[in-house]
Amino acid sequence: MSQLQVIALSCERGGRPLFAPQSFTLSPGQAMQIEGDNGSGKTSLLRMVCGLAPTASGEVRWGGQAIAQVRHAFLRDLLYLGHNLGLKDELSAVENLRVASVLAGHPVGHEQALQALQAQGLEARAHLPLRVLSQGQKRRVALARLHLSKARLWVLDEPFVALDTLAVHALQQVLQNHLLQDGLLLFTSHQAVDLGPSVQPWRLGA
Amino acid sequence: MTMRWFYYAAPQTFYGLAGRLWPWLAAIAFALTLAGLWIGFALAPADAQQGEGYRIIFVHVPASWMSMVIYLAMAFWSVLGLTFNTRLSGMMTRALAPTGAMFAFLSLWTGALWGKPMWGTWWVWDARLTSELILFFLYLGYIALTSAIDDVRRADRAGALIAIVGAINVPIIYFSVKWWNTLHQGASVSLTRSPSMAQLMLWGMLLMALAMWAYTLAIVCYRVRTLIIERERHTDWVQALAEVAGANA
Amino acid sequence: MNAFFTLVVRDLRLAFRRKAEVLSGLFFFVVVAALFPLAIGPEAATLRHIGPGVLWVGALLASMLTLPRLFENDWRDGSLEHLVLSPQPLGLLVLGKIFAHWLVSGLPLVALAPLLGLQFDLPTDALGMLALSLLLGTPVLSCIGAIGAALTLGVRGGGVLIALLVLPLFVPVLVFGAGAVEALNSGLGAQAHISILLAMLLPAVCFSPWACSAALRIALE
Repeated sequence: MSQLQVIALSCERGGRPLFAPQSFTLSPGQAMQIEGDNGSGKTSLLRMVCGLAPTASGEVRWGGQAIAQVRHAFLRDLLYLGHNLGLKDELSAVENLRVASVLAGHPVGHEQALQALQAQGLEARAHLPLRVLSQGQKRRVALARLHLSKARLWVLDEPFVALDTLAVHALQQVLQNHLLQDGLLLFTSHQAVDLGPSVQPWRLGA
Repeated sequence: MTMRWFYYAAPQTFYGLAGRLWPWLAAIAFALTLAGLWIGFALAPADAQQGEGYRIIFVHVPASWMSMVIYLAMAFWSVLGLTFNTRLSGMMTRALAPTGAMFAFLSLWTGALWGKPMWGTWWVWDARLTSELILFFLYLGYIALTSAIDDVRRADRAGALIAIVGAINVPIIYFSVKWWNTLHQGASVSLTRSPSMAQLMLWGMLLMALAMWAYTLAIVCYRVRTLIIERERHTDWVQALAEVAGANA
Repeated sequence: MNAFFTLVVRDLRLAFRRKAEVLSGLFFFVVVAALFPLAIGPEAATLRHIGPGVLWVGALLASMLTLPRLFENDWRDGSLEHLVLSPQPLGLLVLGKIFAHWLVSGLPLVALAPLLGLQFDLPTDALGMLALSLLLGTPVLSCIGAIGAALTLGVRGGGVLIALLVLPLFVPVLVFGAGAVEALNSGLGAQAHISILLAMLLPAVCFSPWACSAALRIALE
């Protein structure tokens, strides 16, 4: 069973440390919600955990080993959803999902992609180019990746943004299922989220 | 041995070391330049075919050597910087670049100044000069890239990568330019086939090369100190420095 | 390998759905090739002499114009992070992107060059050699250019900066590429030139994805 360990992680911006060194552990079935004011470094923290941003100090460990050492295994188990959705406007939702699944190492067929979009209520728009969808709908296409993902660690930056109440409930369901299957979840959100007792809040900032 | 290198890799320690070194290096550079120029312009005899005009090689040849050596030094620091992630490596490469570009430019100009009285044209597409021109472009590319990127760390690392890619390409570029030159020009105008070197002339060029080397080391020390103060300005030790405290007061 | 082909197909699809960007590079090539006779004069002997060089420089500049597009869009919409975080080897994915870029921006130049060569009154075998040298040379341009594109992601003055970084590195390809046609014309035979172009192509294809991956990671920090 893989654990995520963050040990004395800190980063710098403009030569100054953004936040004091952070240390925490996340075990399978647990979720952590990072809270903090705007500019407190929540996104930077998530990006450091993924290995995208350089750390000023500290390290991140997956399954007891530094992520730099077990890069391939770590990336196989990681799903990251950032502010930018990583979707192509000229491709349809189905095409986007299929490419994403190949890149993640678990290719899906047309049918499966369609089912994932159905779960997000987007099957009617599945074959339209993404640029005709609204911002909220595009977010739901990005979230459809969660249905197809076999990754154990989900790192989500503001996943609830631009979602209506129905979609928020649906997302909470997906995340709870993930936790029940011993997945790990690290996310940020400005709003209150109900994911059950296994969520630790974590406050970032001075 | 390695521990001592890593000790000096810390900006704070290097700052002190560079501060002590650069005045001496500057003095050595000055002395060697005088010696080299004296040999070149006073002692060495006039050439049978080229008369007095050839004396420009005492500046041209050492400048070309330096422009190549400095680029290799930049590539060396770049490899170090990308491997060990030290801050000082990026600063050294940045400090070397303007001086290297200057020597490349000097080499091109002195080449032209030599060419005009000798062969009647301001510019010859000689293999060496053309390669020097491309090396000058590589310097400009590095300086442009590092200036254009705002984030200092990213700029250093991007610059390091382009310096390494450039260094790998320099032999390829030189070879292809040489090929191109022999095909099109024939071998008549060659700045490398200078008058047969008398011992004295070699000494003169060597002294000038050493002078330029000392100058480079001096100016790099000086520049790196400035970069250190700029980049580490939020640390306590920089704030406590006499020069900084005096300026703030 | 599945990931490689998926990415190639994806980028090709994107290029076809954004035709304007692709075609503008080709039109640039046509326009530049026409500018030289206008500037120098229509005398056939001169044109035959400068033709291979002009077309090679035109192809070089046209390929370079399309380079910023290689990673820029992916960087803006977040798919670049996706690629970097993929368990698939980044070098392979980058090679896929470079290949797709060459298919869309480089290969058409190879097809177009002989047609433009007719404007310079080049003989048929010279046209063939021109196409062959470009066929071997344009992938090298895409590979080396990609490194420049990766380093300058999101940087001010992107296009011109790429040119400054990458043109000096293109010189060997230009010398041997244009030189191949010259050699054929002067009866010397272009065997050596072609061999050298091949010798440059293989290391470029192997080395460039690795250098690009490093550059992309630096750009994403």
